[in-house]
Amino acid sequence: MTALTAGFADPVLDAQATFRAVLEAMSRPGRVQRAGAGLRPPGPLNAAAAAVLLSLADADTPLWLDAGAEAEAWLRFHCGAPVVAAAGAAAFVLATRAAPALASLAQGSEEEPQQGATLVLQVAGLEEGAGWRLTGPGIAHEHRLRVAGAPPGFVAAWAANRAAFPCGVDVVLCAGEHLAALPRTVAIAEG
Amino acid sequence: MSTMEGYNFAYLDEATKRMIRRAILKAVAIPGHQIPFGAREMPLPYGWGTGGIQVTASILGPQDTLKVIDQGSDDTTNAISIRRFFRRVAGVATTEHTAEASIIQTRHRIPERPLREDQIIVYQVPQPEPLFRLEPRRAETKRLHALADYGLMHVRLYEDIARLGHIAKAYDYPVMVNGRYLMSPSPIPAFDNPKMDRMPALQLFGAGREKRIYAIPPYTEVRSLDFEDHPFRPIRAPHACALCRSTDTYLDEVITDDAGGRIFVCSDTDFCAERQAAAAPKEAAE
Ligand SMILES: [Zn+2]
Repeated sequence: MTALTAGFADPVLDAQATFRAVLEAMSRPGRVQRAGAGLRPPGPLNAAAAAVLLSLADADTPLWLDAGAEAEAWLRFHCGAPVVAAAGAAAFVLATRAAPALASLAQGSEEEPQQGATLVLQVAGLEEGAGWRLTGPGIAHEHRLRVAGAPPGFVAAWAANRAAFPCGVDVVLCAGEHLAALPRTVAIAEG
Repeated sequence: MSTMEGYNFAYLDEATKRMIRRAILKAVAIPGHQIPFGAREMPLPYGWGTGGIQVTASILGPQDTLKVIDQGSDDTTNAISIRRFFRRVAGVATTEHTAEASIIQTRHRIPERPLREDQIIVYQVPQPEPLFRLEPRRAETKRLHALADYGLMHVRLYEDIARLGHIAKAYDYPVMVNGRYLMSPSPIPAFDNPKMDRMPALQLFGAGREKRIYAIPPYTEVRSLDFEDHPFRPIRAPHACALCRSTDTYLDEVITDDAGGRIFVCSDTDFCAERQAAAAPKEAAE
């Protein structure tokens, strides 16, 4: 195995900046934010997804991933998150290929809905102003978001996820150095 | 960076910040739902807004400009101490002007100037559970929130109407967030409640002693509980501000002398000062 590439150049301030990008994304679903500039994680992990996990995952957050041995070693080293075999047992789920079904991930309970998983979903591209029509908390009227390479059947699966509110999964879509978020409250209509 | 020696940026260690950041993100995803977090001891006593301070410390970055208000004022000991704390441990810029702030930490008020999309307001919360006085058992209030069973609160408010002819809560007036969760707005005057509704800024709430975080995303419906025959009415003292003459801001009553003299002035000192400054040239020209 080759030597691991570096994590954040400035662990404290880069984690803060990434968190604010995710917070902004989660607060305004469909708005595209930048994260992970300068990170060179091993493939297939992209820079934005790597930054999200570096800033939020740690020994307290079980992680499931499908990104292969190199990315797993990199995340274990830089985050220290325990990697679990069952996606349903993970707090963070990193999907770089065929994403596991939303309904198979931790949903939380009516009393503890915050136990629902965060799915970090790598996609081919994110573009504002076209594509899906998003409405819900965080959105004044409507946000448009085009997601290139979303899993087949995602919009239908999302409707079921949203219907389970307050339980459910929250998603951070990551493409290159860009990210956008789908909190469980957001409604998605095909464009 | 001009931060205090021997402390991590913004005082909290990175593991604590991550834990609080994860709680904040889930709070935004579940508007109005209280999320427990492992609160840390802070170098300020409870009652000084340790919950708000931990939220602010977890979101703050070097690019931010911080405003801290206590009952609308930037000049109380509490507000000055918190501002000084963050200048020291994070080296951030601070301001007394609402318009210049990217983060506003507040105790008991929402600024009069409408907040923008590029701002975050952090409320200090002494008691996050709106049902606390009606049902002190935490396990039971959790169950009631899970069921969205808020009959207790409706009964409590209706008893006020039956006894007094109106709802007696002037502060910490309960709200429904996004039509799902009953939430305490913290002890802000009921006058401020309508500002929470569909606010362009993100609203975060931190309760240190009770170890709870909750949030209202931007543009989210926040409705003060009321009844068809007794609609919610934000109350203010029926006077004009003695300093800026505003008739639509929240006023504090100030005793001016030992003889019981009193005046009413804006509780939001920054807003009042700006109005006075804007009026001054005009009056001078008259
Ligand atoms: Zn005034």
